[in-house]
Amino acid sequence: MITTLIRYFNLTFLTLLILVMLSFGLAYFFPGDPIINLMGTNKLDSQPFLMLSSQQTNIFMQFWYYVQALLAGEWGVSFATGKPLYQDIMRLLPATLELSIYAVTIALILGIPLGFLAGMNYHKKIDNIFMSSSMIMYSFPVFWLALLLILLISLQAQWLPMSGRLSLLFNVPHYSGFILVDILVSDIENKRFAFNNAVQHLILPTLSVSFIAFAVFLRATRRSVADVLETQYIKSAQTRGLPGKTIFFRHVLRNALLPVLPILAVQISTLVTNVMIVETIFSWPGIGDWLIQAIYERDYPAIRTGMLLVSVVVVIITMSLECISQLIDPTRDRFAYARR
Amino acid sequence: MSELANRLISFNYTARLRLLVIFFVAIFVALSTGCTDSSISGTAPAGVIYCSESNPSYFNPQLDTSSTTADVSAHQIYSRLLEFDPSTGRIKPGLASSWLVSDDGLTYTFQLRRNVKFHQTDYFTPSRNFNADDVIFSFQRWLNDDHPYHDVNDATYPYFSSLNLAHTIASIDRINGYRIEIKLFQRDSSFLANLATDFAVILSQQYGEYLMLTKQPERIDFYPIGTGPFRFDEYQKNQFIRLLPHLQYWKSVPLTEQLIYDITPSSSIRFAKLRTGECDSIAYPSQAEITIMQADPNIVVQEAPGLNVGFWAFNTAKPPFDQADVRRGLALAIDKNSILDAVYFNSASRARSLIPPSSWAYNNDIKEINYNPMRARELLDKAGISKGFRMTIWAMPVVRAYNPDALRMAQLIKSYLAAVDIDATIVTYDWNTFRDKLNQGEHDSVLIGWSADNGDPDNFYRPLLSCDAIPSGTNRAMWCNPEFDALVNSAIKISNEDKRAILYAKANNMIAKEIPLLPIAHANRYQVKNAALQGFSINPYGSIRFEGVTKTVPLPTPSMTSSTVVVNDEVRP
Repeated sequence: MITTLIRYFNLTFLTLLILVMLSFGLAYFFPGDPIINLMGTNKLDSQPFLMLSSQQTNIFMQFWYYVQALLAGEWGVSFATGKPLYQDIMRLLPATLELSIYAVTIALILGIPLGFLAGMNYHKKIDNIFMSSSMIMYSFPVFWLALLLILLISLQAQWLPMSGRLSLLFNVPHYSGFILVDILVSDIENKRFAFNNAVQHLILPTLSVSFIAFAVFLRATRRSVADVLETQYIKSAQTRGLPGKTIFFRHVLRNALLPVLPILAVQISTLVTNVMIVETIFSWPGIGDWLIQAIYERDYPAIRTGMLLVSVVVVIITMSLECISQLIDPTRDRFAYARR
Repeated sequence: MSELANRLISFNYTARLRLLVIFFVAIFVALSTGCTDSSISGTAPAGVIYCSESNPSYFNPQLDTSSTTADVSAHQIYSRLLEFDPSTGRIKPGLASSWLVSDDGLTYTFQLRRNVKFHQTDYFTPSRNFNADDVIFSFQRWLNDDHPYHDVNDATYPYFSSLNLAHTIASIDRINGYRIEIKLFQRDSSFLANLATDFAVILSQQYGEYLMLTKQPERIDFYPIGTGPFRFDEYQKNQFIRLLPHLQYWKSVPLTEQLIYDITPSSSIRFAKLRTGECDSIAYPSQAEITIMQADPNIVVQEAPGLNVGFWAFNTAKPPFDQADVRRGLALAIDKNSILDAVYFNSASRARSLIPPSSWAYNNDIKEINYNPMRARELLDKAGISKGFRMTIWAMPVVRAYNPDALRMAQLIKSYLAAVDIDATIVTYDWNTFRDKLNQGEHDSVLIGWSADNGDPDNFYRPLLSCDAIPSGTNRAMWCNPEFDALVNSAIKISNEDKRAILYAKANNMIAKEIPLLPIAHANRYQVKNAALQGFSINPYGSIRFEGVTKTVPLPTPSMTSSTVVVNDEVRP
């Protein structure tokens, strides 16, 4: 277990190092002065930044100071606003995470039980219905789904709002960046109303993001349940006359859930991409919307930092999920087999 | 798989699973509907939401002629010495309660209003009321090259420099704390009107001093302090601007509890938000949407003839567009009427000259250019423009009243030019880059326009075609004709309207002959609003005003209460 942890830690560390190097390199590929591309200005006065911009340093030392600046939260300033990127990102990232977490949660709590239902009824009517409908869901382009939801639910039925996180009339002070948490800890008037309003704003974007993820989880779970049901140990359990309840909870459930975790890990990057698209369509003030604006405005420091941060988040989550799935399912560890 | 075993397991557990699924679905449905349940009491905070089209460059209209900047700050955050009466166009008192003009028309004395309070915000607390020092500070900022704030934020003061006001004003003197005297070098009949425009705002001198002391003068244009009906609260780029009412505002008018600019660049999304009630009013409704809005009883469409002109300007500083024959040839090649139909949808009148027919300086006898491609080709041949000549048409990327769809217009013009064997390329950039590049004269021709800031015809001629307007970036034709400059400069020295009209008629004929630009249309102005919004009317002179605007029923977002659904069913066409 320790070796697995160390291996994953090393892998994550190396990947992150390469990402930081790439982001450092980007500043040299963009047109203009690399130092200004890196930091957005030449007027910062923090220690690592001063070292970075001094004339004597060579490129390796520059990289070292760049890493120091990153770790110190000195991420430079945006070309477009002249404001520190760190503050902008810390304000926007929670909005993106909030949307992603709710979407994944919904996809999981709906996708896995329904996947079990389909898997238990392998090649029967209910399974076929689930399979064909999830195929349709899976092939839905996310931007089209989002627009369709806006058209039908916001514009035609006028049930739910079509943009933003919260009606702008509410002035909720920033605390954690997670809007629902912020509303709960704030002491604004009509808190309940604000909370409902935020939930109303959340429904459509969350649905759009969770739609595809739901289909993926449903299909994966169903495949895995069907595979487990065909194994020898289920058959032997049945021949031993174990009650169905025991078979299901002790053998089917545990073994069928094991392959779902790595799929979640694989889905993270797709999910982040979808969240970014959905953010743009619903004017959700998250990192995706912000990054797309930055690309429009050729705001190189913002593009660099945003790219770095999003990839770091994706790498860390993916790696930890893979690591966890390997810890709880040692059969996935190729090296463990080789040692035996 | 053993079918028997499979059935055994599924028999026992499908039912349970089904229950589980129903349970989750029920939770989800409860979550999505329960939260919007009408039984939960509470009211939304009151306020007005205006969906604007873009980010303002500054919170100070002195620095920028873009209407995005003026819409946020000019009438909300600041006041001026003088105001326009929206219905008559006459000048009425603002921060100056009265004024006197000397007989020679060179000395203006303004008596200032007392007990006018500046905004109190979390970044500045004023300790004194508005007085003559603030007026002098605000004017000297753009007048005086040596003023400490003149170069702050690389300001260029485009409106004032296009009118060359800095060279018109000889001095500004404080007579006492509430009286100032402005002396001019020469008579200028449009001077008072210029002081009433969006751009002649009054800043706080005390705030300027405070920022200098704390060594952050650049904040003056981003964290504004003024005397207007609203004070600045918060701005998140690409998201929103929040303004709060100035409770000690010097006029007693009703103010809404908060005024929010929801920055929504896409025209169709602004329209959608207006329909769902997420916006109370929107910027620049597109022509195609106006008809749909007129059918919606929740939406009120206001319409007024506009003081504006949309035109096609040629870069006269760039050969071969420096030859009048080439410009005339190009102008003859296009059919204005079909452009009017395709781009303005009957919401504009055909422009015969720079100024609209409603102005007193309009003259009927201008020789207009009519569509004649044969003659166009002849002229172009004569001027040595070969077949297959390549040129660029720059189409502005934003919607403006005077040109609701520059790109479509550019495509039409391109096809007309193709008929006379000219190969046009359409060029567009984002709005700020577009204007920067225009200032540098990179264009061959551009589709752009002008909205007047006041009713004076001078507001069209000098900013658009005088030599001084080239560096300040409003003369898109880059046209500098001393004869024309002399005409319009002599026109502003006369106060008699009839005599001025004769000079402007001459100027009109000169434009018709030289064609530095081809006027295309005078568009009507539209403003759309939620029916619940009270006291909101079109400001014909300049940017939008929210003073006195209130909302009767606060409905911030659509709700799922049954009563609302019924209302919505009734109203949908």
